[in-house]
Amino acid sequence: MTQTLTPTQNSGASGTEPTKTPWWEFFTFSVDHKVIGIQYLVTSFVFYLVGGALASAVRVELATPDSDLVDPAFYNSLFTMHGTVMIFLWIVPAVTGGFGNYLIPLMIGARDMAFPRLNAIAFWLTIPAGMLLMSSFFFGPASTGWTAYPPLSILTNEHIGQAIWISSIILVGTSSILAAVNFIVTIWAMRMPEMDLFSMPLFCWAMMATSVLALLATPVLAGAMVLLGFDLLIGTNFFNPTGGGDPVVYQHLFWFYSHPAVYVMVLPVFGIISEVLPPHSRKPIFGYKAIAYSSMMICALGLFVWAHHMFTSGTPDWLRVFFMVATLLVAVPTGIKVFSWVATLWGGKLRLESPLLFAMGFISTFLIGGLSGVMLGSTPIDIHVHDTYFVVAHFHYVLFGGSVFGIYAGLYHWFPKMTGRMLNEFWGKVHFVLTFIGMHLTFGPMHILGLQGMPRRVAQYDPQFAPINVICTIGAFVLAISTIPFVINAVYSWFKGEQAPDNPWDALTLEWTTSSPPIPHNWIGEPVLLNGPYDYGEEYKDARKEAIAASQAAT
Amino acid sequence: MKKNNLISVVVIIGLVFAASIWYARNNGLLPVAAGDEAVLYDGLFNTILAIAFGFFLIVEGVLIYSIIKFRRRKGDDTDGPAIHENLSLEIIWTAIPTVIVMWVAIYSFDVYTAMQGSQNLDAMAHGGMHHTVAKHERGGMPMSKATLASSNSDGTLMAGTMPAGGDDVIAINVSAMQFAWIFNYTDEIATAELHVPLGKKVRLNMNAVDVLHAFWVPQLRIKQDVIPGRETFLEFTPRVVGEYPVVCAELCGSYHGGMRTTMVIDTPEDYQAWLKEQQEVASNDPEAIVATNSRSSVSQMSEQEYLAGKVAQLGGEHQHMMMNH
Repeated sequence: MTQTLTPTQNSGASGTEPTKTPWWEFFTFSVDHKVIGIQYLVTSFVFYLVGGALASAVRVELATPDSDLVDPAFYNSLFTMHGTVMIFLWIVPAVTGGFGNYLIPLMIGARDMAFPRLNAIAFWLTIPAGMLLMSSFFFGPASTGWTAYPPLSILTNEHIGQAIWISSIILVGTSSILAAVNFIVTIWAMRMPEMDLFSMPLFCWAMMATSVLALLATPVLAGAMVLLGFDLLIGTNFFNPTGGGDPVVYQHLFWFYSHPAVYVMVLPVFGIISEVLPPHSRKPIFGYKAIAYSSMMICALGLFVWAHHMFTSGTPDWLRVFFMVATLLVAVPTGIKVFSWVATLWGGKLRLESPLLFAMGFISTFLIGGLSGVMLGSTPIDIHVHDTYFVVAHFHYVLFGGSVFGIYAGLYHWFPKMTGRMLNEFWGKVHFVLTFIGMHLTFGPMHILGLQGMPRRVAQYDPQFAPINVICTIGAFVLAISTIPFVINAVYSWFKGEQAPDNPWDALTLEWTTSSPPIPHNWIGEPVLLNGPYDYGEEYKDARKEAIAASQAAT
Repeated sequence: MKKNNLISVVVIIGLVFAASIWYARNNGLLPVAAGDEAVLYDGLFNTILAIAFGFFLIVEGVLIYSIIKFRRRKGDDTDGPAIHENLSLEIIWTAIPTVIVMWVAIYSFDVYTAMQGSQNLDAMAHGGMHHTVAKHERGGMPMSKATLASSNSDGTLMAGTMPAGGDDVIAINVSAMQFAWIFNYTDEIATAELHVPLGKKVRLNMNAVDVLHAFWVPQLRIKQDVIPGRETFLEFTPRVVGEYPVVCAELCGSYHGGMRTTMVIDTPEDYQAWLKEQQEVASNDPEAIVATNSRSSVSQMSEQEYLAGKVAQLGGEHQHMMMNH
């Protein structure tokens, strides 16, 4: 379990290596995993801003009980597009395509992904998918929710918008499948020879679990979309009850993908947290194997919980009970992760800078989403709050308090590696505080709304809920404002920020052993493992120094 | 030192317990429980909430303590201790949640059978049965043998476990459409407002005309999708007189948010009087259904309420209404 801190060995090869990625390559069909990773991150962040603008419009409409900002039909389009953009064009591409592509080869000592061209194709599928989806604003965008339940999605007035929506989902789905194959092969076959499975960084385990899920589940979604498209466009009756079809079958197919999709969005973020905590708390990750296995357990269990979205759909009793038990069991591996992270922090030397603040923010908010998830897993509890603001609160605690906080933790942690520049720490802290306050202000009160009786996806609601909705809307404004310091900080720092050293956090995973930003072929010569990914701790310090000295002496 | 640590852990766990139980009893998160099922629901909800709140306090407490106690002091560039794992601790935090979620599953299953499972029994037996919900409430034990014995997971009836209820059940046919509810009591009586009598078991046989809807009364804690082309049903026993909202909880189109009406729990006498009144109205003027049920006059209605009423009158022609909008 050793790993190099000296990128300069075997420097004889350096004469032929390109040393810098030209700026224009980021706008081309590049096959470099680092370029593709940054392409994914920047593109998805742009869509995050689009999705955020849509969310703001939703919250402004909901500031009053009546439907007064937009036409109620268009309101339905707003939240439909908000959900679709955030899931398919922001979180999934950012955490898998962005961080996965950038980090996996660097963490396992590879020069690139296993299939670089396939990788580029996967990225360039998301661009037309996103453009297509945006174009539907000219025709009347889909308005049947990101779930697009038939028969509403078949009888909808926004025929063209719905058809565009379906095509767009099929495109991003294809991209997701291609990326999943690439990650599985890369992690399995491209590790440097010295690195066995249990000396991989935990992010690699998380990406393996994610990719297996995406590979098994996404084709089912694609199939459902094709059938729904047929129903919509050429009048088949797969899901249309007037022609003998069954709308509930669609729900099974849809959730067979879309529940695992939640794990696709959050497992890589679990990986990010496991990478960010140890260097910033100066302690080894607590319970490496437990965290690694729990990712695989979540992957396995995650395939058998989909019908907990259908407890009110007229599903038979035995099915409701089976999916309740399976769903509640997911709490166990998730709990293992949370406890292990907290134990990692315990007794450490916490460097409370932006990456660790966002990582701890992740733990504290994701915890709430996890606990409300256990409540929702219980069938009778779910029946009351299904399709209410309680559910909206729950999944925003998971996907905003979870995924988005984790993405920010990762961005602050790896920005110096990706760009060679440091982010401004003061504005990072401002960003964190605003995001944290905005998050709880927006989504916390929604728990109460749902329990008290406010359904989701409504433009008009009972006036008794108005005060709480005003709080949520104020929170949404805080969230919207919170992105401003980040965007300015990121853009400014990218060009003018303080130069980043190769290893600003004194971290031990392989990506920190090369230059910041890494050269196109990642390392000059071969990377060498001198230590395990998490060998932090006073006791290891001397051993670490000796290993570095020895490797330098060897060259 | 060690002894002091142990004492403080015990004290903290005691405080967490106390806080969780207090919160479970005083959270005030749920609206009034207007049906027998809602009482069962609230017991389960408050129990799980207490457990969740306990975990919440422990984890957040440790996080906040860590920020204060373990933050890096200026000039300290050392690492923390190289602790990689602690097997017994890991076994504990795997085993305890496993036991808890399994217990939650069993408790939930029991409440579920009491709240929902009886539907299928009734579907088999048609006449409907007097399911004594109150027994579970008083019984205290989450795993009640009576409920488990009375139905297996298929919901098929196991003989001899249930008393026959006879004509105790009030059956109402519910029709859902964009963007209104129609409640059919008999062939003649159809209303847009749901009236049910106190203390009698009510069964709703539900059907949708166009797209998916969902029948939800928050104060009853029950919800069921209403699906075109297949009948779904709900059962409940009203226990508190009052007016409660009926809400459509499944996205059904532009005016989904306006698809609301009222459920009135009447005393049995009021219910009979209301039923008689409806009978008279129906025999005089079948077209007047919508006008009588709404408490406000047309001028006080919002656009959506007016539209919903119109849609209800037009019945099958509602699609055209949508087009016009």
